[in-house]
Amino acid sequence: MKSARTMLGLLLAACLAAAPARAGDTPEPAPPAPPCDVPAYLLTSESSLPKVTDAVKANQPLNVLVVGSRSSTIPGNEASAYPATMQAALKEAFPQATIDLSVELQAKSTAEETAGTLVKLVEAKKPTLVIWQTGTVDAMRAVDPDDFRTAINDGVVALRGTGTDVVLVNLQYSPRTETMISAPPYLDNIKVVAQQHDVPLFDRFAIMKQWSDAGYFDLFSTAHGVDLAKKVHACLGRALAKFVIDAAHLGPVQQN
Amino acid sequence: MSSIADPIAGSPVADTKAEAKSEAKAAAPAITLPMTGERELRLDLFRGLALWLIFIDHLPTNLLTWLTIRNYGFSDATEIFIFISGYTAAFVYGRAMLEGGFVIATARILRRVWQIYVAHVFLFTIFLAEISYVATSFENPLYSEEMGIMDFLKQPDVTIVQALLLRFRPVNMDVLPLYIVLMLFLPLILWLMKWKPDVTLGLSVLLYALTWQFDLYLSAYPNGFWAFNPFAWQLLFVFGAWCALGGARRMSRILSSNITMWICIVYLVAAFFVTLTWYVPQLGHIMPKVVEQWMYPINKTDLDVLRFAHFLALAALTVRFLPRDWPGLKSRWLRPLILCGQHSLEIFCLGVFLAFAGHFVLAEVSGGAALHALISVCGILIMCGMAWIISWYKHSADKGASKKGAVGNADLAGGGA
Repeated sequence: MKSARTMLGLLLAACLAAAPARAGDTPEPAPPAPPCDVPAYLLTSESSLPKVTDAVKANQPLNVLVVGSRSSTIPGNEASAYPATMQAALKEAFPQATIDLSVELQAKSTAEETAGTLVKLVEAKKPTLVIWQTGTVDAMRAVDPDDFRTAINDGVVALRGTGTDVVLVNLQYSPRTETMISAPPYLDNIKVVAQQHDVPLFDRFAIMKQWSDAGYFDLFSTAHGVDLAKKVHACLGRALAKFVIDAAHLGPVQQN
Repeated sequence: MSSIADPIAGSPVADTKAEAKSEAKAAAPAITLPMTGERELRLDLFRGLALWLIFIDHLPTNLLTWLTIRNYGFSDATEIFIFISGYTAAFVYGRAMLEGGFVIATARILRRVWQIYVAHVFLFTIFLAEISYVATSFENPLYSEEMGIMDFLKQPDVTIVQALLLRFRPVNMDVLPLYIVLMLFLPLILWLMKWKPDVTLGLSVLLYALTWQFDLYLSAYPNGFWAFNPFAWQLLFVFGAWCALGGARRMSRILSSNITMWICIVYLVAAFFVTLTWYVPQLGHIMPKVVEQWMYPINKTDLDVLRFAHFLALAALTVRFLPRDWPGLKSRWLRPLILCGQHSLEIFCLGVFLAFAGHFVLAEVSGGAALHALISVCGILIMCGMAWIISWYKHSADKGASKKGAVGNADLAGGGA
């Protein structure tokens, strides 16, 4: 695995995968947590989350609303899904802060359908931060990528209008369905909107792909029960918490 | 299998009609066909290359993926494939139209369309088998949402009919439907070209512009749109046809100018650096925001102008630095590539099938980067082997048979043009 990464690095001249030597590469992972390191660049963002920064610094409760489709949960194990694990990681990082979490699942809604509901949701829940996970349903329905981009754009503008911070989360990396679902146009378009509006984008796809390539998780596998999903979500939640902390410039917690 | 392979020259049919050519040429001064006799090996070479790259791009990302051109610029192998298809199709059927007339050429084009259609349906059958297998064996709670894509299996009747109508096209099966539609319009394109090539190209550009202006598209089943918009991609196909019918020769002054060369080089280098920022996100901050906002997204569905320009630059440099009589074209080492390019439809279909098979193997056997790369290499070797066998059939097996007078079955065997 390591040599493969080195070759990749050579081919690319300056390589992303030449990540700092990682503890997780040793055959026996000493820490009990699953090894799910993420290269630093995937956990940093040039965009910021001023409302989150203010809330944490002023010791006000941090109210997080996750809006997503079914990949934001594990059926029957909501407490192990990434929104909950992110909440736990945030609590760990800021023991004195109150972190409230609400999750709004819209299982079969496209970005356009969800975008229309966002303002009402925000009015009801009054979040400091909205984490909007989207793209999967659109990719599965092969929605026109231009329409998809417009929908995300409208949603982000509406959310910003209500005065909350926004983090976008893109699709899962799902190698088994790669021949059936075409993710790239949707990944690209989320990225475009994130750039245009300076919204931090949590690149779930790239992160999970990284884990799969590094051999941390066998995402091709058919045999796993709910166990794999729980592990992946635990890692995703922690990575997302780090990402939020970094984007909000809330210091001392450094990436490994 | 001359009609399947889009022979450029040298096939028995072309030989027999070679005498009639000179008269036909005089009758239709609007377009000129390059000399017969020698096959344009560069076309075969790059079509073969495009087929290899399409195959690699259809597999999950692996080491070899880094060798494909889409990582070094805006355009990818699809552009090469469609352009060369337009070029060769216009070359072959353009001659048929000059010699045999509109009806004959149309009839031959339609038979070719039918072959491509049958190939598409064949691939769809394999795809259905793969999907059904995945659907029954895969129950990972992590992907419960993505598994919803299998819902179409609940309505096989509708799905199959939609696939026959080219409206249901799974990922990686988009190129052949595009090709079918483009070929269906080839008689019209050639007929217009015979009248005024430049006007035809102008009309094509106009349609492209209208597509962008009014967002023309073809819808797909169960929802969505064609991943390769034929209204936009026709531009490459028609441009290829225009080049084949004398446009390339008329452009040779522009192509050999140094200014063109430097514009191309600058553009390709710029595109390379832009692409580098995708793969090395640490470099992302170098890109000015204004440029990013103007440039992205680079739309593949509608053949973004940036992609088209990138292809043009690549093609211009290739034509300049790789002369048609380059001795390397006859070398043993490039033979496999050229053979693949000469049997493009079969090898394309085989590539799609092998990509499915590769996905399947990777899903069943958990392997690392080495296995990924091995599968890519094996796939390419199989493609070369198949191309060699097809060419052997054409040159040895079929020829021997026809000498004995057993030509009755030529059509069933795929022979005859």
